Amino acid sequence: MPPLSSSPPPAPLAAEARHPVTIVLNGRRRSGHAHPRLLLSDFLRHELGAHGTHVGCEHGVCGACTVRIDGVASRACLTLAVQADGRRIDTVEGLADGNGGRMTALQEAFRRHHALQCGFCTAGILMSLSDYLDRNPKPTEEELRDMLSGHLCRCTGYAGIVRAVMDVTGGTAASQAHQPAEADHV
Amino acid sequence: MTATETVEPRADRRTSHPAAHPAAAAIEASGPLVGRAMPRVEDAALLTGVARYADDLPVKPGTLHAAVLRSPHAHAELLGIDAAAALELPGVAAVVTGEDAKRFASPFLVGIRAPMEHWCLAVDRVRHVGEPVAVVLADSRYLAEDALDRIQVRYRPLPPVTSIRQALDPASEPLHPAVGANLINSRGFLYGDPDAAFARAARTVTVEVEYPRNSCTPMECFVVLADYDAAEDAFEVLSNFSGPFAVHPVMARALKVPASRLRLKTPPHSGGSFGNKQAVFPYVVMMGLCARVAGRPVKWVEDRLEHLMAATSATARRMRIEAAVEPDGRVLALRMEQTEDCGAYLRAPEPASLYRNHGNLTGAYDIQNLALTNRIVVTNKTPTGLNRGFGGGQLYYGLERLMNRVAAELGLDPLDVIRRNLVAADAMPYRTASGGTLDSGDYRATLEQAVREGALDALKERRGRMRAQGRLYGIGYAAVVEPSISNMGYITTVLTAEERRKAGPKNGAQATASVAVDPTGGVSVTVASAPQGQGHRTVLAQVVADVFGLRLEDIRVNTDLDTGKDAWSIASGNYSSRFAGAVAGAAQVAATRLRGRMAALVAGQLNCRAEDVRFAGGKVFSDPNPDNALSFSRVAAAGHWSPGTLPDGQEAALRETAFWTPEPLKAPTDADHINSSACYGFIFDFCGVEIDRATGALRIDRYVTMHDAGRLLNPLLVEGQILGGFAHAVGTALYEEYAYGEDGRFLSGSFADYLVPTACEVPVPVILHRESPSPVTPLGAKGVGEGNCMSTPVCLANAVADALSGIAGELPSLPLTPAKLAALVHPPEPPRPRGATAPRGTTADAGPAAPAAVPGGRGLTGEGSREVPATPEQVWAILLDPKELAALLPGCEALDLAGPNAYRAEVVVGIGPVRGRYTAEVALSDLDPPNALTLTGSGSSSLGSGSGTGHVTLERTAEGTRVTYRYSASVGGKVAAVGGRMLDSASRLLIGQFFEKLVARAGGTPAAADPSPLPVRLLHRLLRLLRIHR
Repeated sequence: MPPLSSSPPPAPLAAEARHPVTIVLNGRRRSGHAHPRLLLSDFLRHELGAHGTHVGCEHGVCGACTVRIDGVASRACLTLAVQADGRRIDTVEGLADGNGGRMTALQEAFRRHHALQCGFCTAGILMSLSDYLDRNPKPTEEELRDMLSGHLCRCTGYAGIVRAVMDVTGGTAASQAHQPAEADHV
Repeated sequence: MTATETVEPRADRRTSHPAAHPAAAAIEASGPLVGRAMPRVEDAALLTGVARYADDLPVKPGTLHAAVLRSPHAHAELLGIDAAAALELPGVAAVVTGEDAKRFASPFLVGIRAPMEHWCLAVDRVRHVGEPVAVVLADSRYLAEDALDRIQVRYRPLPPVTSIRQALDPASEPLHPAVGANLINSRGFLYGDPDAAFARAARTVTVEVEYPRNSCTPMECFVVLADYDAAEDAFEVLSNFSGPFAVHPVMARALKVPASRLRLKTPPHSGGSFGNKQAVFPYVVMMGLCARVAGRPVKWVEDRLEHLMAATSATARRMRIEAAVEPDGRVLALRMEQTEDCGAYLRAPEPASLYRNHGNLTGAYDIQNLALTNRIVVTNKTPTGLNRGFGGGQLYYGLERLMNRVAAELGLDPLDVIRRNLVAADAMPYRTASGGTLDSGDYRATLEQAVREGALDALKERRGRMRAQGRLYGIGYAAVVEPSISNMGYITTVLTAEERRKAGPKNGAQATASVAVDPTGGVSVTVASAPQGQGHRTVLAQVVADVFGLRLEDIRVNTDLDTGKDAWSIASGNYSSRFAGAVAGAAQVAATRLRGRMAALVAGQLNCRAEDVRFAGGKVFSDPNPDNALSFSRVAAAGHWSPGTLPDGQEAALRETAFWTPEPLKAPTDADHINSSACYGFIFDFCGVEIDRATGALRIDRYVTMHDAGRLLNPLLVEGQILGGFAHAVGTALYEEYAYGEDGRFLSGSFADYLVPTACEVPVPVILHRESPSPVTPLGAKGVGEGNCMSTPVCLANAVADALSGIAGELPSLPLTPAKLAALVHPPEPPRPRGATAPRGTTADAGPAAPAAVPGGRGLTGEGSREVPATPEQVWAILLDPKELAALLPGCEALDLAGPNAYRAEVVVGIGPVRGRYTAEVALSDLDPPNALTLTGSGSSSLGSGSGTGHVTLERTAEGTRVTYRYSASVGGKVAAVGGRMLDSASRLLIGQFFEKLVARAGGTPAAADPSPLPVRLLHRLLRLLRIHR
C-alpha cells in the first residue's frame, strides 16, 4: 500500500460543503465525502457502509464505537470524519483479514468463553484490546479490568471477556469461575 | 478480591486451528446436544462485524430521517407549536405534531378502565420531561436535528407530581384531569384468613421500603424504519421491537388499521433489550404516522440521551409489609401494600409490573394467608415498562427485607428464618395463596447444597475475622422463586371479576415454532422469539438436531420475524424468560411432529412400523434392522422431488408449525386466584460485603448464587444469563438510578450521570446449579435470565444491613451509593464556622452558607459580592440601561424592551457539550435606586428551560461600590439531564462573567488582563473549556 499524500494544511472547511475524505480502512484505500461536522462513526457506517463499528452513546463513555486511528484506539463518535482524512483506520471487520481470513485467537476465545451476547459492544472492545495487547501483551486481571472499564457491556457482566483475554494471553483469571465451552466444539 | 471458585478449564486451547465445523466432532462424540455447553452459532457474525442490526439495514431511496422534539417540562399545558422556521430549512420535508396524530391515529389502549389518553405525540399537555412533542423529517439526521432548534413551542407549566407520596395526595395536580386523581387504580385482595392469623400470632414485624427507577439500558438504542402504502392503507415497519406481541394490536389500533395491515419485521440482530425494547412500540406508531404524513419512508434512530430520558423505566414501588410471626420465625400471614409508580401514562402492558408476580407474592415461602392492596399512581416521569426482573426486584426487595427483619427482631439467624418458611419438597406442586403453582424443586435441599458448596461457614469465619479488625463486614441472604413464561391473563387480575367477565377470559402463553425441510434435505427452524442476543439460534439448533439425529450445522435457524408471514401470537416475543421453557419446547414439538410424519411416510420403504423408525447420525433406519438405512436428506427431500411416490392419502412432510401453550395457565378465578407464570425456578443467594469506613464504598467480597432452573439446555448460555443478570443487579443495587429533581427535571441523561457498572465493579459470582425439571414444559426447562435481578439487589442490601447492624437502623433506598452509606457510618459533620467565609475579591465566590445545589435537584443557589470601582449611582445606571445590560449578560446576542424594565433577550449559553440559544424574559423589579434591585429571568430553548432570581444590593465603600448578590436558579431539560455535574460551577462562572463585565464597564481593570490573580486566569481557562467564553 503506497503512503497516502500528507494531510492538507489545516484550513477552515466550509461548514455547508461536503469535503472529500480518504482513509485507509483495514488496509484498503476508501474515499467518501463528509460535512465538517460529520462524525467518523457516521462516516464509517453510513458513507462507507462499514457497519461493524457501532454507536452506543455518542458521548464517548460506552466505547462501542472504538476504532484504531493510526493504530491508537479512539472513539469514532468523538472524532470528526474530516479529522481522519489521510489516516489509517482499523475496525472490527479487518481483524480476521489480518489473520488470513480466519478469526484471530482473541475472537475465537471470545466465542469459546461466551464473552459476548448481543455483540453490540463487542467490536469496540476487540479494537481496544487489539491496541492494548500490542502494548501490554500479558496484563494482570486487575490491569485488564482497568482497561476494560472504558467499555460498557450490559449482557455479559464482563466475566467471559476477562476469561477470554486471560486465555489468549496465557494469564490466569482469578475469577475463572466456570467451565468454558466444551473443547470438542471449538 | 472477587469471590471465585477456581475450576480449571476443561477445554484445550486449540485457538490456532479452529475447526470449520466446530460441532462436527461433538456429534460423533454422540449423545444429545441439549444439555451441553456449546458455543454459539451466532458469534462468528458478531465477532467479525458482519452482523446486521436494525441501523445497518439498507433503506429505500428517498427515506427521510426523523428527529424528535421533546418536552423540557415535567408537566405543562401545550399551548401551541410554530414550526414555520423549521420548515424553511433546506432539506426539511415535514414537521409532524399531535395535530397529525389526532387526524390519522388514535390514543393507545390502556390496561385499566380509566379515561386516560396517551398519544404517540403530545396533545394538549405534556406529562414528563422528554415526552415527544414534534417530529422533524429531513434528508439527514443532522438536518433534522438542526430544525428541532427552530421549532417554537409555547407551554404553560403546571405543578409537577414527582413522588409516590405526592401522587397519593388528593391535592396533587391531576395528570389526567378526566381521571381526577393521580391514584388511578386500587384493588384489594384477600387470600386465606390473615386476620385470624394476625390475631393468634406471637407478634408482628413490619417493613416499609421504596424501590427506585432504573433500567437495563441495552447498548443499542431504538430503531424504527416505517413505510406507508396509501393504496392498501397498510404499514410496513422494521424495528428492533422485542415483544410481547400483545402490544402489536395496540400499535395497529393506534394506527387505525387491522393487525394484518401493520406488517412488523425484526432485524437479524438486536443489541440487547432486557425488556426495554418493548418500549419502542410508541415510536413504531409515531414513525408510521410520520411516513403517512410525509408520504415517504421514514427512519428514526434513538440517541442515548433520548433513551435514558424518555424510553422506559422499571417501576418505582413503595411497599409496606406486615408479617404475623411465631417466636421461631415462622410467618403465618402477610399484609402487603404495594404502590406502583407507572410514570406519566399507563403504557401497555402496564400495570403488568405490578401483577407479573401475583401468583408468587409469597415468594419461596409457605404462607397461605395474605391480604394485599395494590395501588397504581401516575407521576410526571417517563412511562414504565418491561425491564429484566420485571416486578420481581421490587417484590423481593420488600419480601426479603421483611424476612431479614423478622430474624433481626426475633434475634434469630436470618438463614433459619428462611429455612423454616420455605415450601417443602413434598408439597410440590405447591399452590400459593394467590393461585400460583410452584411446579417443581426441593427448596430446602437446594439451600443446604448452596450453604455447603458455597462454603458459607468459611464466609462466616471471614466475617468474624474482619469484624475483629474493626471492619464493616456483613453477610446477606435471599431466597426467591423466579417466574417464567407469563400467563397472558395475569394482567387482567387488575380488573374486577365483573370487568373480566365483560372483557372475556384471557390466559395461556402461545409459543410457536416452525420446522421445515428443504430440497437438499437441510432443516430450517423459524420462531417468533425475537432474540436480543441470548443465543436462541444455538439452542434451537441443539434441540432440533437432537430430534432428527443430525449435526448442529445441519440445522439453520432463522429468528427474524415478519408478522405478515410468520407464525406468531400475542404471547410471542422476548420477555418473561419464556424462551427455554416455551419456545425451545415448541420447536421440539414441531420437530417431533415432522419426524413422526416422515417416519410414517418412510416406514413402508424400510419394511417396518412407523414407531420403529429411528433417526440418528444423519440416517433414517428401522430399529430392528439398522442396516436398512436411508440418508436423512433423501428422506427429507422426497416431499419436494417426488410427491407422487408418497403413500396414498398422505401429505408430504415438508413443514410443521407447532403452537404450544402451557396447560396450567388459566384465566384469573372469580376469587382472583391466578397462576401468573407457567413455571417457577428457585434461587438462593448469599454474599459477603465490606463497607469502607472512610468512603462508604461497598465491596462485594463474595457472592454465591444457587439456581434451580429446571433442565439446563446449554449450561454455557445459562451461565451467561446469570452473569448478565447479576451485573444488572449490581448496578441496580449500588449505582443506577433515574434521578429527577423535585420539579420533575430529569438528571441522568448521559452514561456519565447514569452509572452503569464496568469491569471494575462487577465481580464474578460463584454459580451453583441443581436441576429439577419442570413438569410443565416440553424440555423440562425453566427461565433463568431474570432471577438475579430479583434476588441480588436485596441480598446485597441484607448484607449491608448486617454490616451496619448496631450502627444504622433503616437502610436508605437503592442504590446504596458510597454517599448514602457514608452518611450512615459517619455522624453529620458540624457546620463550618461562619467566619470561615471564602475570600472576597475573586469572582462569584459562594461561601459555605450557599449550598452548591438543592439535594436531589438541579436547583442552584449561591451568593457573593464584588468590589466595583464606581459609585452606586454609576453602577445603577449601568444596570438600568438596556444596552449596558445586554453587554453584561453572558452570551446575550439581542435585548429588546418588552415593557417597563422588562426585556426579551436572545442568549446563547453552553454547558459542556450542550450549547443552546435561549429566548429569555428578563425583568428588573423591587427597584430601590441606587441601593437594591431584583433581577428575574426565565428562558427556554430546545435544550431545556431555566429560571432564576437574583437580589442585588449596592453599598457605598471607600473604593466605590460593593455589589452583593444572592441568586437562586433552576435549570431543566437536556441541559439538566447531561450537564448536571457542571451546572453548579457553570452558573457561578456565568455570574462571574456578569460581574467581570460590570467591573470593566464601571472603569475597573478588565479581569482578563494578565495581572489578574491566578483564580481569574484559571476561570478563563475553564470558561474556554466549557465553551462559555466567547
